[in-house]
Amino acid sequence: MTEPVLDVQHLAVAYATRAGEVPVIPDLSFQLNAGEALGLVGESGCGKSTVALSIMRYLGRGGRITGGRIVFEGRDLGELDERALRSIRGRRIAMVYQDPMASLNPVMTVGRQLVEVPMIHDGVARAAARARALAMLREVKIADAEAVMERYPHQLSGGQQQRIVIAMALIAEPALLIMDEPTTGLDVTVEAAVLDLVRELRRRRDTAILFISHNLGSVVRVCDRVGVMYRGEIVEEGTVRHIFTNPRHPYTRGLLDCLPTLGRDKRRVPLVPIPGQVEPLSERTLGCGFASRCGYVEAGRCTSRPIPMAALEREAGHHVACLRLHELPRWRPRRSAVTTLDTDASADPMIAVHHLTKVYEPRRRRRRYGLPRPPVRALADVTVDAGRRQTLAIVGESGCGKSTLAKVLSGLEVATAGEVKLDGVEVGAVRVEARSRALRRTLQMVFQNPDSTLNPSHTVGYAIGRALRRLHDRAPSDAAADVARLLEVVKLAPAMASRMPRQLSGGEKQRVAIARALAGDPAVIVADEPVSALDVSVQAAVINLLNEIQAARGATLVFISHDLAVVRYLADHVAVMYLGTVAEFGRVDRVFAPPYHPYTEALLSAVPVLDPDQDAARIILEGPVPRAHEIPRGCPFATRCPRRVGQICDDVPPPVQQLGADHRIACHIPAEELRRLQTATVAEAGAR
Amino acid sequence: MARFFVKHTLFLLLTLFVVSFLVFTLNEFSPGAVARKLLGAYATQDQVDTLTKQMGLDRPLLVRYVDYLGTVATGDLGYSQRFKLPVKDVIWKHLRHTALLAAIAFACIVPLSMLLGVTAGMREGSRLDRAILMFSTIVASIPEFALGVFLASVFVAWLGWLPGTATLLAGGGWSVPAQLVLPVAVIVLFDSGYVVSMIRASMVEVMQRPYIRTAVLKGLPFRSVILRHAVRNAMLTPITVIMLQINYLVAGVVVVETVFAYPGFGRMMLEAALFKDIALVEAGALVAVFLAVVTNILGDIAYVLLDPRIRA
Amino acid sequence: MSTPATAEVLSASPPAAARVRARARWRRRLDALLASTPATVGLAIVLAWVVLGILAPVVAPYPPNANDLGALARPTPSTAHWLGTDQLGRDLLSRILWGARPVLVIAPLAVLGAAALGSLLGLSAGYHGRWISLVITRACDIVLSFPVIILYMIILAHFGSSAWNIIGVLTLTKAPIIARIVRGMTLDLREREYVAAAKMRGESALYIMFVEILPNARGPLLVDMCLRTGYNIVIIGVLGFLGIGLPPPDPDWGGMVKDTYGMMTVWPHMSLFPCAAISSLVVGFNLLAVGLREIGLRD
Repeated sequence: MTEPVLDVQHLAVAYATRAGEVPVIPDLSFQLNAGEALGLVGESGCGKSTVALSIMRYLGRGGRITGGRIVFEGRDLGELDERALRSIRGRRIAMVYQDPMASLNPVMTVGRQLVEVPMIHDGVARAAARARALAMLREVKIADAEAVMERYPHQLSGGQQQRIVIAMALIAEPALLIMDEPTTGLDVTVEAAVLDLVRELRRRRDTAILFISHNLGSVVRVCDRVGVMYRGEIVEEGTVRHIFTNPRHPYTRGLLDCLPTLGRDKRRVPLVPIPGQVEPLSERTLGCGFASRCGYVEAGRCTSRPIPMAALEREAGHHVACLRLHELPRWRPRRSAVTTLDTDASADPMIAVHHLTKVYEPRRRRRRYGLPRPPVRALADVTVDAGRRQTLAIVGESGCGKSTLAKVLSGLEVATAGEVKLDGVEVGAVRVEARSRALRRTLQMVFQNPDSTLNPSHTVGYAIGRALRRLHDRAPSDAAADVARLLEVVKLAPAMASRMPRQLSGGEKQRVAIARALAGDPAVIVADEPVSALDVSVQAAVINLLNEIQAARGATLVFISHDLAVVRYLADHVAVMYLGTVAEFGRVDRVFAPPYHPYTEALLSAVPVLDPDQDAARIILEGPVPRAHEIPRGCPFATRCPRRVGQICDDVPPPVQQLGADHRIACHIPAEELRRLQTATVAEAGAR
Repeated sequence: MARFFVKHTLFLLLTLFVVSFLVFTLNEFSPGAVARKLLGAYATQDQVDTLTKQMGLDRPLLVRYVDYLGTVATGDLGYSQRFKLPVKDVIWKHLRHTALLAAIAFACIVPLSMLLGVTAGMREGSRLDRAILMFSTIVASIPEFALGVFLASVFVAWLGWLPGTATLLAGGGWSVPAQLVLPVAVIVLFDSGYVVSMIRASMVEVMQRPYIRTAVLKGLPFRSVILRHAVRNAMLTPITVIMLQINYLVAGVVVVETVFAYPGFGRMMLEAALFKDIALVEAGALVAVFLAVVTNILGDIAYVLLDPRIRA
Repeated sequence: MSTPATAEVLSASPPAAARVRARARWRRRLDALLASTPATVGLAIVLAWVVLGILAPVVAPYPPNANDLGALARPTPSTAHWLGTDQLGRDLLSRILWGARPVLVIAPLAVLGAAALGSLLGLSAGYHGRWISLVITRACDIVLSFPVIILYMIILAHFGSSAWNIIGVLTLTKAPIIARIVRGMTLDLREREYVAAAKMRGESALYIMFVEILPNARGPLLVDMCLRTGYNIVIIGVLGFLGIGLPPPDPDWGGMVKDTYGMMTVWPHMSLFPCAAISSLVVGFNLLAVGLREIGLRD
């Protein structure tokens, strides 16, 4: 065996905080061979980005490598001086970051930022460097590379920006490429395209990749091997196949069990959240770091001494840090056949939205001295229903209008045209300020961002108590008891009432927000991406909680999400939205089976799947989402549609094809034709 | 760009109207003051009233304001009672002196502040940063007259190297450049303190941005990271403020001018205000506002030039 | 598992528990403040001046306006007059101590006035869209575009100078700056989800502005008020120096410099000491502001 490109030996990293030095990574070892891709997965705060920055020797202030060695191409990176380090950074090791927009200099053209790299490292002249940059841009499939060189980052779409960052990393032909959450924050179709690009580049070049992500699905698509991290330690390491078909560490299993996938449905296979939450890194004990949350923990044995990595005999390269490795029951993936439903949204609708249109007049002076912008059509002729005691999911990528729909429902925005009926009452044109108390009580909202959903100046008790007072006519005397009761409903200790939001974790904040929404005992809960900012293990618990509450209280849940797997799991009915229009609407089992709207088909194909045998996405959407003034008169999806039939798609709005009482598709292609074209997909979808 | 100019010109006109009207109205609070001033303390009330009538000061306020605007439109700014000269001449003379002082000071402030601000902000928390931060905080805290007194007590009273006044007259045996040293020093110290802390704060923020990390991890030398990637971004926020300093340098240095008996615009305004030389106050205020709004526009233009995101 | 916790919450009477928590919070804030060197030094300087100002009647060796004609021949520092006397034979130390009093009343009062007016304007401009915002921001722009020192000269020369006039002028000219800051923060904060949640439960605009938004703007606002107090002290000094400050004969630091800086080549101490006094007080406030900002950034 040849020498590994990267050999991390007993790496230890600590950060200085006000409370003293906290060991973020106690003892970490792994190797990476030439041309190999290793994925590091774990939830936020598990130290995976710290690993990347340690290799780059860029820990920032307060961070310090306290032990171990990082050997790269035979050299100990820890012993390099500033100058030697510079000759490695960007040339032998390059990095791709989360949030490409922020990673590019906003006041320099893309070209200058690219050209810089070969000029510095290889000392080539500007013209030669420019030629290399152009070639590199073509390699990462940037159309019109010449023009893009002269653009500034803000003039490019998120997907293009990330391609630029990748090009910038690869232009010096590094031996090691570190990718830190490269697709987080990108839309699912864009993510699929970027991941495919990485796969392709890997095949063509001999670059080793360290791929860091919280998203197990994207790791499957790109990597050969995976290391699962928990609280700064790799708890399990093996090939992608080992990890996803035979996970041995309880944490790995927990992660897989709590992840909604396209094959999971709330009626059959509930999500199993990992109990508890990640303990602070400052409280590190001798034994297993996962012990406090582990269902298999054996008191005394698991917590008394450091846990060594043990190799599995039958699976070469599969290592697990668990003492009870051979005592655990065999793991089986939780999958279920798709269930059929017998509910009908239109029978007794709680919410009836008909031909809703919302146009935003551009705000003047939003951006100084920009050109006056055309009005933005956020919603165009949207029709959806939600039945009583049902869950309606609205799914789509950013800018599809799903949040605007939520705002119109809740009265934070008013409709420009069309009907919005809430329990038979027209509310589309009624701002929330003008709604009656009864109406406000009927519909409450849960928001997306845990850090902004609670007022940082108010205690939890005040937030919930105020909601009770405003929505429930409570005398102040028994308010404390009511607050405690609501906290118990969302499975929080009543003592939480005296906490400030900054003392809570993301999941706890979101639970408090749910409790606040429940204060008026609403008949409708609108949840706008309530779990998208949470870690998977926390996300599962919040999804279950919403589901339970909806079932127990008989409320109607409108669930806005970009995550098809979550929608598949939770919804009774689904509306798939694209650029302000409903592409497809229907019962969840029908929407997730052919015939699909071509956009639904593309979305489904882009969802990363936890199956090492599954190949890359079959459908990659070309080109960016059109901007407001570029949307075609006909079908808004026409500019990117892989099944576009011709001019008719650009010019004529597609007809809505009603397929039975509970399913409709807006497309020029007849449903039967779509079904025929998509049959190949069915077989594979069944295999998932 | 056309929109931009139309908008700013309209705002400029609006401001000029509002300010000139307000200053004009000030007169109303002391009826007869103008005539009394002209005639002296020993004139009888009858005489004062007669002169007031002769000057047309008994007509309604709006009529007189419109009348005044008409005169101004012909380029006649009136006659200064204090300096016994046409207002236009008085203002031009003092503005010229002030422009000299302001230009020298501005030419020192910008590079000095950029140098100190960038140096401090590029390594937040380093000893150099702390030192520059403390220096700028303290210097910006000392009122200009106190700075003047401190510097003068050392260089004039103690060492005798420099003159304590800057009258721009050749008398006293000091050349004009020597006379300018102390006033410029006081202005530069006081004003840089403020500008340095602005640039430093902006630089600190920029250094924490991911694109700086990108630049460092590309393997660029620190110098290039700072000069090519950080400085331009770090100047985005302070550029407007820097341009506004022109405004301060022209209209706000009355204290320094008073300390060093410098015949500039600010001191002219002070004298006019104390003497209730309404015509001069009114015209001076208009000039000051005009300058203020124009520097605002300059700041905005500079910002647009630096930030491609706005130009789009 | 939740029973003991419930009991704990229910048994502690809410006001008492709240008081204990509030005290702990203040304790934490003070500790954080004292952990910052600039803040500690700044606070010490400011507190020292406050104490000296309050105790001036007790600690000042002479009445502020008493002339010691005997000292006129030799006004320099001596055992009788530690800092010497001014050109009229008045004890400089006593005048400086007494001079701290008007400054330490006027500057903070003007800042409070500006903060109250500015917050109100800023909140209204930021929270309500369209014309309210337009009118307020335009009005603020006009006041801000005017060189303030000229404004002070025109107004104070016209209306005469008194403590109240100075407070009034400072309040009116500083309020637009605070309004601009608060407006900027309000524009940001009003998009927060907790504001949407407040609207969803039917809160009034006033409640949202003052209970949901303003408390979250207090950090930067506090830093700015601290800086603003320092600037106000500078301006009070400048006004005194220009002869349009507090009316004589009561001691005013700026006025003291004005009367004596012409004699600097002969008796520099007469203007140096008041200059040192005002400078140190402003440095104190500005260091405090630097410290507060550091703390704010750290959380």
